[in-house]
Amino acid sequence: MEAVHITMPLDRKTIKELTTGTPVLISGIIYTARDAAHKRLVEALKRKEELPFVLKGQTIYYTGPSPARPGRTIGSAGPTTSGRMDIYAPRLMSAGVKAMIGKGNRSSEVREAMQKHKAVYFIATGGAGALLAQSIKKAAVIAYEDLGPEAVRMLTVDNFPAIVANDIYGNDLFEQGKAKYRKEKS
Amino acid sequence: MGLIVAKVREIKAKDITDAVAQLCQKANFELDEDVLAALKHAQQSEKSPLGKEILHQLVENARVAEAKNLPLCQDCGSAVIFLEVGQDAHVVGGDLDVAVGEGVSQGYTQGYLRKSMVSQPFSERKNTKDNTPPIVHTEIVPGDHIRIICLPKGAGSENMSRLVMLRPGEGREGIIDFVVRAVDEAGASPCPPLIIGVGIGATSEGVMLLAKKALLRPIGQPNPDQEIAALEKELLSRINDLGIGPLGVGGTTTALAVHAEARPTHIASLPVAINFQCHCSRHKEARL
Repeated sequence: MEAVHITMPLDRKTIKELTTGTPVLISGIIYTARDAAHKRLVEALKRKEELPFVLKGQTIYYTGPSPARPGRTIGSAGPTTSGRMDIYAPRLMSAGVKAMIGKGNRSSEVREAMQKHKAVYFIATGGAGALLAQSIKKAAVIAYEDLGPEAVRMLTVDNFPAIVANDIYGNDLFEQGKAKYRKEKS
Repeated sequence: MGLIVAKVREIKAKDITDAVAQLCQKANFELDEDVLAALKHAQQSEKSPLGKEILHQLVENARVAEAKNLPLCQDCGSAVIFLEVGQDAHVVGGDLDVAVGEGVSQGYTQGYLRKSMVSQPFSERKNTKDNTPPIVHTEIVPGDHIRIICLPKGAGSENMSRLVMLRPGEGREGIIDFVVRAVDEAGASPCPPLIIGVGIGATSEGVMLLAKKALLRPIGQPNPDQEIAALEKELLSRINDLGIGPLGVGGTTTALAVHAEARPTHIASLPVAINFQCHCSRHKEARL
């Protein structure tokens, strides 16, 4: 399958064209956040405080990279399990987040929120952190530095490989894939 | 009474520290040959095009990690350390536990590995900054050596661990149902293709350790006991019929291997434990 080149932040037209199961190569700006950063972002939204970056239209990558060696941009930086962010993701989508990158399936609440807010979910290859780091050209901590690997980073990526797992039409890659290759119980 | 002179061999605490520091780094940078071979084999046999592409990325990832001294996965794990201490070995120049902990601290710091350990686990959760403390399992064995195995264990797969105390009457079928259902429910989360460690027998805590130790066996090497080897084979086939596939995108490779270990148990018990290992199966060992 030929990969589709897309640029972050995503525009509305591209979001509509992306369908579950399509491999993509992502370029542009994305932001990292994991459990602890999500908790702080959601609490800040609750208190109506200013956020460290504008969420509207942006992409969140669930990763906590390993430390960069001197002279390097970043360490290993593959996706972490998205399910742990499910309790926070709908709130961030209602605040404007349009895309998420992680690994593993999402809850029904998150999938409903994706359809409602016209947001997409991509998966990158879990455990391929060394390879994925090669597509990350710039990395800068922009918030919550005290969280170490869990700090929020702004990344500039170039041809970062991922797959559309959930599109805005309610399709789910994990359900589709499993149904296709599952053998009846003998 | 005759005097028995024990032949004791001295092993320096510093040598233990150095060995542990090396092993933590090596395990995180170099994928074992058996895992790489299993991934390459799966790349050929996998039926799903997306699954094939993911397996290709994993093989490529191992190449990049080793060439650039980059961790294979950003989750450099909890440092699980197995120690086999010969009863005629004598540690000098420090305490064994301290030496191992110091080795983990040095290895994770010098290797730019991610430090993922937090202190008080349900409230403060403050990063300990050097990935200590390790989780150490020590066994006293005959001999005058110390064997150290380092198994960095990522949380994605570890979080899927399961324990059940079956009724003895549930037997072999009960074990198969439990294991297959656990893998099905875990789905994409533990980063398939997996290596499934299965412990059967002993007690609740003994069987969990058995499941983890089963992961140390070279991939696909069957249990020497034929009955257990047949169980492993059936479990692998049933798991790969689930259709979960590489990273859960659907496919024919959900597990690379099932390793089962069995031990005697109580007349009223049939403990079964599962330890999930993601495709990034890392372990290195040294002998002093």
